[in-house]
Amino acid sequence: MVEKNELLKMASIAKLKMTEEEAETIVKKFNVVLGTASLFNELDLEDVEPSYNINSVTNVMREDIPKESFEREIMLANAPEKLYGCIKVSKIIE
Amino acid sequence: MNLYSLTLHEIRDKMRNGEISSKEVLDSVYKRIEEVEDKIGAYLTLTKDYAYEVAESIDRRRLKGEELGDLAGIPVAVKDNISTKGIKTTCASKMLENYVPPFDAHVIEKLKDAGAIIIGKTNLDEFAMGHSTENSAFKITKNPWDLERVPGGSSGGSAAAVAADEAYFSLGSDTGGSIRQPAAMCGIVGFKPTYGAVSRYGLVAFASSFDQIGPFAKDVEDCAIILNYLYGHDERDSTSLPAEYEDFKAALNKDIKGMKIGLPKEYFAEGIDPEIKDLVLNGVKVLENLGAHVEEISLPHTKYAVPVYYIITSAEAFSNLARFDGVRYGYRTKEYKDLEELYVNSRSEGFGKEVKFRILLGTYSLTSENYDYYHKRALKVRRLIRQEFDEAFNKYDVLISPSYPIVATKFGEQSENVSIAYMSDICTVPINIAGIPAMSIPCGFSKGLPVGMQIMSKAMGEAAIIKVAHAFERNTDYNKKKPSL
Repeated sequence: MVEKNELLKMASIAKLKMTEEEAETIVKKFNVVLGTASLFNELDLEDVEPSYNINSVTNVMREDIPKESFEREIMLANAPEKLYGCIKVSKIIE
Repeated sequence: MNLYSLTLHEIRDKMRNGEISSKEVLDSVYKRIEEVEDKIGAYLTLTKDYAYEVAESIDRRRLKGEELGDLAGIPVAVKDNISTKGIKTTCASKMLENYVPPFDAHVIEKLKDAGAIIIGKTNLDEFAMGHSTENSAFKITKNPWDLERVPGGSSGGSAAAVAADEAYFSLGSDTGGSIRQPAAMCGIVGFKPTYGAVSRYGLVAFASSFDQIGPFAKDVEDCAIILNYLYGHDERDSTSLPAEYEDFKAALNKDIKGMKIGLPKEYFAEGIDPEIKDLVLNGVKVLENLGAHVEEISLPHTKYAVPVYYIITSAEAFSNLARFDGVRYGYRTKEYKDLEELYVNSRSEGFGKEVKFRILLGTYSLTSENYDYYHKRALKVRRLIRQEFDEAFNKYDVLISPSYPIVATKFGEQSENVSIAYMSDICTVPINIAGIPAMSIPCGFSKGLPVGMQIMSKAMGEAAIIKVAHAFERNTDYNKKKPSL
């Protein structure tokens, strides 16, 4: 069983704000969904390889040939705040 | 007969033999949208100016005598999590409310090359997470068959648009049933391709090892035509299969005598509405009468599919949605003192409830103390589920089941009952877990609401599905029924 406090901890790891009341309202649903994992106890999974992907080909790489990318203005068009042709963020060094 | 109620192939033929122009087709479909969209709410954005520009250029090319492909001049609706250059792509989230992609998804490039006309972007559950399209941050979409009910989800807008004749076909994305389930609930054809067959480049990622783009269509022939244009290798998606594909139209009008059909009993078990079960079994009878061999089989690992699905997809969503931090694009909070607050407030204000829930599930199952119990075991069981399908397809050409255990629910019903929403995924999620293709095709009505039959095949076994589905459709008339709006 997942406790409310653990949910609050997960929220902080995931950079989400969550009040105690919000945690209270979803903890039941959280346990219903995760609780179904106990079904796996019926299986012998000792020698089964985990499947990191589902088709036989993974990481098909293209040739590493440099090519033109987007213009700066196009790249910045969706930035929420801009300054001097850059994305504006808060100061991170004191 | 209104032009908007015809199928893609019928409208294509009329344009080819010069009976009508692409502009007239567009007039008809936009007029239909004007008439019914207030009731349905399928679209988030309409792209009228752009659409008329394309239609005029298609008409000019046709007048010059240029030979154009099947999709030239055909209006299409696109789910709003598929990137369209210069057209807002919101994922029905406040997070991307004003986001305009600087590039087209691979499938959009393909549609544009083929001359298809994007007429608008459709509603969905936020970031494709949900079963009813009620999780959209902007609006609800109603089921054309009963305006008090949901269209299904997450691609509810794309399904409703086609069912209400507001588009000739549409694109959706299917991570755990998000094409097949709304197709079933809206009484149209929906197809989830083999994993890797359609490039995911430009599809806003939810769960990368499950997501596939696929079509909603008015009939099986239309579906086969559309698949021809969506499939193909793309170097910008590292999971794209380096394969050549056959012409799927070649699978139409075929005899199914001698084909082997398996009915996995776990998909007909408790929890499936008995009327739905009967309708699907009646559908199977039609195929049997056409000479197919039908046998009941067992896929005992089916019961593990729902936990496998929620554990792995939520973990992948946790990772994929980490990019939304309020810095480079998307929603940024107005209230922040430092970078940490910028991240936390932007994410908390930008994401809706269900998205946060899935992110938290993913966070929990990926922590070092929980990883082995949840994530690693789910990855192992995924392999077993795939193996079980592989073995079944050594013996059978296709498997058939209901597409969804229940008919379209009323608004609010799913959020009140967790087990309706999550456990009902039992028929659809195994297909994504195994990476195989499947179609939902209309097979009747229960209490006036459409029911879908799911036809699955092995990876790259699309032709067998089309063959069986088209035989079924030629011998029934469910696809010809329309909602009265």
